Amino acid sequence: MVSIAVESAEMARAAWAAAASVPDPEVPCVTVADLGILRAVEIEDGVAVARVTPTYSGCPAVLAIELAVEAALRDAGFEARVERVFSPAWTTEWITAEGRSKLREYGIAPPARASNSIRALFGETQVDCPRCGSSETERVSEFGSTACKALYRCATCREPFDYFKCI
Amino acid sequence: MTVPPEVLTTFLLRLADDHLILGHRLSEWCGHAPMLEEDLAMPNIALDLIGQARALYQYAGEVEGKGRSEDDLAYLRREREYLNCLMVERPNGDFAHTMLRQLYFAAFMHPFWERASASADATLAGIAAKAVKELAYHVRHCGEWVIRLGDGTEESARRMADAVEALAPYVDELFETDPVSEAIAEEGIAPRLDDLRPAFTATIERVFAEAFLDMPEAAWPQSGGRQGRHGEAMGFLLAELQHMQRTYPGATW
Repeated sequence: MVSIAVESAEMARAAWAAAASVPDPEVPCVTVADLGILRAVEIEDGVAVARVTPTYSGCPAVLAIELAVEAALRDAGFEARVERVFSPAWTTEWITAEGRSKLREYGIAPPARASNSIRALFGETQVDCPRCGSSETERVSEFGSTACKALYRCATCREPFDYFKCI
Repeated sequence: MTVPPEVLTTFLLRLADDHLILGHRLSEWCGHAPMLEEDLAMPNIALDLIGQARALYQYAGEVEGKGRSEDDLAYLRREREYLNCLMVERPNGDFAHTMLRQLYFAAFMHPFWERASASADATLAGIAAKAVKELAYHVRHCGEWVIRLGDGTEESARRMADAVEALAPYVDELFETDPVSEAIAEEGIAPRLDDLRPAFTATIERVFAEAFLDMPEAAWPQSGGRQGRHGEAMGFLLAELQHMQRTYPGATW
């Protein structure tokens, strides 16, 4: 019994490692684990079951992510299934510290450490330039190239950059 | 849960249809927005709405238990079977009109989802917790545009005031209650719709004050959408929305 338990714990770890290595298709510098959208990988009756949550309800990458996670698990030798979970809802707080620093290195400003609320209707969020670190930045567009990003420009180094929106 | 499945299905379809139809309307702006940033913003908001609609259709199909998929519900019903409110099916008009309609809808749905996050129905609570964050963004984005246009040039202010007048008859229907919505509220599945009015009014008043717009009075409030009675525009909208599925039944990606 002990050896079976150890074996299944090891399997679960291996399955997690395989699924966690999948990069986000739209922001390939971070993995699904960095973003916090891979919630769990468990071995159930010999099948690796990965639970994935969408960032935005309408995120068009969700299907691609689910297929990639399933493929990664199969490549690692598992029989695999992916389930979509909505609760608890994903927020930018789920992004790991490593994910935040990878985003910054890639040139995307990580989300501000505060929740977006309706009370912030006309409030300004301070976003630091991921290239030069300046806080003298301005919002160019509230919506960017993907559902999760907004477009900013740095007034100091003049570079435009993406900001990972805080939700 | 003691709500009969057909009541919950009806309620979910009303919600889902609001989101699908408004998402579709908004997507018509893609490639036609007055500026590039808005050409990104409107399809992004539309994507949020259609994503929410998908989750709601999926759940409605499960509750209904007749094996209808999200696509069956979205694409293969007849006009009279769509239960969206009339505001969301109204033609886009100009940009001011579209932004005001979006602000109205977001200012209504934000408190709705906020309260539905604590729903007695776990699936709806999950959808709500996700949607409420997205809607806060919509309120802000559209609110800023209503202010910018209302407090802008003579022409932008005139267009914004025209939009307020044109949409006035469609606001009250959002809060309309009937035995279906009452039964749902009774069970704690979703908030009572007329309870959302103070939050809605507070948001609109705040934006209108900065935009120098007068709060509208609806002399002739319109309704009927929740019972499947739609305006002329709806048939044309559905003809486009359903075109692929009607022409090539069962077509998939």
